Amino acid sequence: MNGSNPHSSAGVGLVVRGLRKSFAGEEVLHGIDFTVKPGEIFVIMGPSGSGKSVLLKHLIGLETADAGEILINGEPITTPEIAAKYRMALVFQSGALLSSLTVGENVGLYLAEHRLKPPAEIEKIVAEKLADVGLNDVMDKLPNELSGGMKKRAAIARALVIEPQLILYDEPTSELDPLSAVVIGNEILSLNRRTGVTTLVVSHDRDLAFGVADRIAVMAEGRILALGTPAEVKNSNDPQVQNFLRADFQREK
Amino acid sequence: MFENCGEIFLLFWRTLLALPQTWRQRQKVMEQFFEIGNASLLMVCVLSFFIGGVIALNFGPVLVEHSMASAVGGVVGLAIAKELAPVMMAILIAGRIGSAMAAEIGSMSVYQEIDALRTMNINPIHYLVLPRILALAVALPMLVIFSVLVGWFGGAVVANFNHFMDIPFRVFLADLKDIVELRDVVNGVFKSFCFAVIIGVVSCHQGLATIGGPRGIGRSVTKAVVNSIVLIVIFDYILTRCLLK
Repeated sequence: MNGSNPHSSAGVGLVVRGLRKSFAGEEVLHGIDFTVKPGEIFVIMGPSGSGKSVLLKHLIGLETADAGEILINGEPITTPEIAAKYRMALVFQSGALLSSLTVGENVGLYLAEHRLKPPAEIEKIVAEKLADVGLNDVMDKLPNELSGGMKKRAAIARALVIEPQLILYDEPTSELDPLSAVVIGNEILSLNRRTGVTTLVVSHDRDLAFGVADRIAVMAEGRILALGTPAEVKNSNDPQVQNFLRADFQREK
Repeated sequence: MFENCGEIFLLFWRTLLALPQTWRQRQKVMEQFFEIGNASLLMVCVLSFFIGGVIALNFGPVLVEHSMASAVGGVVGLAIAKELAPVMMAILIAGRIGSAMAAEIGSMSVYQEIDALRTMNINPIHYLVLPRILALAVALPMLVIFSVLVGWFGGAVVANFNHFMDIPFRVFLADLKDIVELRDVVNGVFKSFCFAVIIGVVSCHQGLATIGGPRGIGRSVTKAVVNSIVLIVIFDYILTRCLLK
């Protein structure tokens, strides 16, 4: 994929090997294996409850695996210190903007809390990142004054401030109308093409997955059932994959 | 409640380890401090005045009847400084501020805002817990000093105007001064400092442990207030025993 991307070195490679996780004795990830190339857009697709979001939490360090390993640029991520070497950002399903802060404060939070830039420069960067995702004049608004789509774009702007090498999106188009979903999908594509950031999207939205992905993995019940380019996944022989891809309303004629 | 004791102690320990971050978080400490003061000052004033008054009303006529009018000031003064102001203010703050803390942090937990902080390498203990506990640990002792003064004034007013006592202000305050020592007030303030830490740690712990949506937030708020009050009463006995002359 991405051969034309001039900044593809910005992204990191990600390898997941034999990842297992149980909650209260019930295994939700049954040995997940996949590789994401630097600068690639990789979409993990599957029905609700298939373990996609749990997998995402492992990648960002919010959960610890029972078995298996995660490697970034070939380095196993075993401690938070090693993980901190790489700039990773997660765009949450809900946006997860801090409701007590303004949009501008949310976007600049990482820089302000780690004292990476002086306040005036942070303000400038925040305005730039918000403009990058098509948000203007929202800096002083509170998150609850924004629409669902705007919240997600503000969350993407907050992720961009970190200048991530790996960006993870959790259900980026859920709860959005089709037009807003397309805007978010285009945003994901455009950021990837512009910055070369390795992108991993978790979604059950088939249109988004086939619209943005360089490669797709289909998950169900904690297992990967199919993995490949969108065309390869479409032609998968797995009945569960076909069932998921072709599910539609049955109107009697 | 007791199954959470280990987690509560761990949070307290992690907050102690985070103390070197105080200067860095000073702005948030000040914001919390003013919020606590603003939310509580009027309530503290009203509550303390009537506590002083009711103590004078309960003990004053009995003491006067037994020719011990000179003890009224001392009884009211001691009861308020050593016990009622620290405990009542701690309970008030647990209900008013502790519940708000548990609700705010609980809502942040439920809506993944705390996870978002973690993904940005921002430690929630530094960012959320430390400023709240520090602000409480400063604000509650100050509110208690204020409460003691207002409570004494309330006792003096009732002792003066109640026709069973008729004790002039000057006499009441002179008696109070004879019996109450500075050490008594300091002990009460020290107890309130300990209660503030208890309220802060318990409320923040409940907030961080919140799961399950709005119902979970409600449950956390209730548990934060109830657990804080139970621990305040238990520690009140322990501290009073330790501070006995």
